[in-house]
Amino acid sequence: MHELLLEIEQFCRRHDISETRFGELALNDKPFVAQLRSGRDLRSSTGARLRNFMAEYERGQPVSAAISDRFPAGRLAYPHRDLTGISQLERHEILYLLASAEEWVELNRGRSKRVELLNGLTIINAFFENSTRTLLSFEIAGKRLGADVVNMHAAQSSVKKGETLIDTAITLNAMRADAIVIRHGSSGATQLIADKVDCPVLNAGDGQHEHPTQALLDALALREALAARGEGGEDFTGRSILICGDILHSRVARSNILCLQAMGAKVRLCSPPALMPQGVEIMGAEPFHDFDAALSGSDVVMMLRLQSERMSGQFIPSAREYHHLYGLTKARLERAAPNALVMHPGPMNRGVEIDSEVADMLDRSIITSQVEMGVAIRMACLDVLTRAGRGVEGWAA
Amino acid sequence: MKQVRPLTITGGKIVAPHGIVDGAVRCVDGLIAAVGGDVNASEGDQVISAKGKLIAPGIVDFGVFAIDKPAFHFGGITRAALMPDQSPPLDYPSRVNYIAKSGKPDLWVHPLAAATRGLEGSELAEIALMRDAGARGVATGRNWIGDSGVMLRLLQYAAMLDLVVVTHAEDAGLTGEAAATAGEFATRLGLPSAPAEAETLALVRDIALAELSGARVHFRQVTTAAGLDLVRAAKAQGIQVTCGITPAHFMLSDLATADFRTFTRLSPPLRSEADRQAALVAIGDGTVDVISSGHDPRGPEDKRLPFADAEPGMAGAETLLAMVMGLVRDEVIDMPRAFELLAAKPAELLGIPTGTLKVGHEADIAVVDPEAPWVVDRRKMAATADNTPFDMHGVQGRVRALVKGGVAVTS
Repeated sequence: MHELLLEIEQFCRRHDISETRFGELALNDKPFVAQLRSGRDLRSSTGARLRNFMAEYERGQPVSAAISDRFPAGRLAYPHRDLTGISQLERHEILYLLASAEEWVELNRGRSKRVELLNGLTIINAFFENSTRTLLSFEIAGKRLGADVVNMHAAQSSVKKGETLIDTAITLNAMRADAIVIRHGSSGATQLIADKVDCPVLNAGDGQHEHPTQALLDALALREALAARGEGGEDFTGRSILICGDILHSRVARSNILCLQAMGAKVRLCSPPALMPQGVEIMGAEPFHDFDAALSGSDVVMMLRLQSERMSGQFIPSAREYHHLYGLTKARLERAAPNALVMHPGPMNRGVEIDSEVADMLDRSIITSQVEMGVAIRMACLDVLTRAGRGVEGWAA
Repeated sequence: MKQVRPLTITGGKIVAPHGIVDGAVRCVDGLIAAVGGDVNASEGDQVISAKGKLIAPGIVDFGVFAIDKPAFHFGGITRAALMPDQSPPLDYPSRVNYIAKSGKPDLWVHPLAAATRGLEGSELAEIALMRDAGARGVATGRNWIGDSGVMLRLLQYAAMLDLVVVTHAEDAGLTGEAAATAGEFATRLGLPSAPAEAETLALVRDIALAELSGARVHFRQVTTAAGLDLVRAAKAQGIQVTCGITPAHFMLSDLATADFRTFTRLSPPLRSEADRQAALVAIGDGTVDVISSGHDPRGPEDKRLPFADAEPGMAGAETLLAMVMGLVRDEVIDMPRAFELLAAKPAELLGIPTGTLKVGHEADIAVVDPEAPWVVDRRKMAATADNTPFDMHGVQGRVRALVKGGVAVTS
């Protein structure tokens, strides 16, 4: 049986298909390979069926349109070493990451959630800024792929200045990490580290610049929600998506503007003037200050968290006043397009930017789905970015 | 070193205020003794042949942050006005006195006295004592003085002492911790930014206070279209204001920050392309009085950081001349005007008898080949640090010989 597992792994690598995809294609059983590895019994007839499937596949008779048929082969599907921002990505590269993530969604819903794809690899989560959910999501993603995941919490205060950031990068590099996930409070910090290390670097949020995996998971969650309603498509052409909140300080907003536009959506932004950056029109987004006007005709409403320190007179007079002007209530949501979806990257300030009543609407809010998709997206990113290092055929740099 | 033997620079094109004249310059006892087409070397003179290149006044670099002799000599700079932002700040007569002598004999440093104690912008420093210790002007330092009352009293005091006041034109309340000019690039990169109007606001106030106090005010860097318009209008009204700029702001726009390269982190930050074009117009029409290097060498501990955390500043002394020669080639200005911006006007602001090739002036002279091509390479710089935003730019214009006080400078 060991032999068969080895054959399957080699087959998957050779044809650039994931193990869940293999299970689905061969037996209509996505978690099959993972279960096989953890000791599932195998009838000899099943083994024969699998070998037959692989032989047929090799003969050039693919069973259905796999991911490899829809996207350029090998490294051409994602020709970057790192993921520093959505701005570096082409539309087809975004779609490729989303399609790759879709393959992991099913696995994550099964009982056995672990595969051995990244066996023996070390992934370091270097978080220079506090984070709970993003760190957890990356950690789970790495572990489900079988990698050894190490978390480095570096309090922003102690390692902000001097050579330390570069020194830290060089240290991580010397420890032979196979991928480094970075969160840092300064824009461009991920790029700075990426320039100094030999392994792939994933941006988990840098200052007010970008948070690419958040934008990707938002796109995936939205695509799944639309598909579940039977309105699905590959992208968001013709849809109006409103992002409301502190746009100025938000890396989530920046990555989402780029990602949603690449996927064909019209992006609207809404915030008080002091929290709206200059030049968003040049980026193709439409700015609003009147929430009701912005809501009118929006198919999706994405609310952003407002940091509490910005609500005490510096930017906003008070949380109460912010809620009065920009809080998403059930009544306000009625102004959006019928059945408009509600999103929030979390953590939410319930009663400030979003009412609980709205956040918990089962048929409209996809906030928990965003979290779920986050793990799948991060698995896909870790898988794709480590392929060159793992020697997957066609992925050599 | 005192000049012991007369020196004649022969066979060159002399950059005179009203045009280029073929001829020679003879220097005796540290001063220019004769200039023109009929000047010849006397017997016993040391002779430097200009080989048909330009004989120009040595550059007076107005407002540098470090004394960096190899870089200054490479760039044809014979005198530098030093900003008070030193460690410790130049807010005390003994410090001024000490630093004024630090470059001699082959580089003269003219300290600018700190306007306020510790450059904190609240209490006036001992400006008169510092003047007598060698300060040639007063400067607010890297920052703007936010308190208008302090600024008015400073200007009144400096007017009484007839010292030029060098100010930084950015409203600190608007600027805050900004590292970029608000606009498309700052938004895309997520950099903390301030609107270009931060400069306009500072200029409006300080022009009004200059008029009220009668002081001579020099805005070390004016970098925006609106700011240059204000200076132009103030000059037309006869208010005693002057302004300068550094090459980065007429060569580069905020597009250059797009890859988070910290060598383009400057103060004020790089502006929009429209502002850059306005700066070229203002240099051409005479609104800008001074072009200086803003020389501020920064090592990796200040620059190998995320963009917003890095310190602002660039090492500019070596590239200053070549960038201004570029303006001549592009016909923004002519050659005499180039050296007015680099030498004559800064010398006038400091009240020192140099900056033009005139009999009786200090014999600070550069022999310049304005066409000589070279590539700026940060790995081969003379400066103490390599933070140039012009790395790998192909440029033209190089110093062939440098004379300070009638004595040839050898590196």
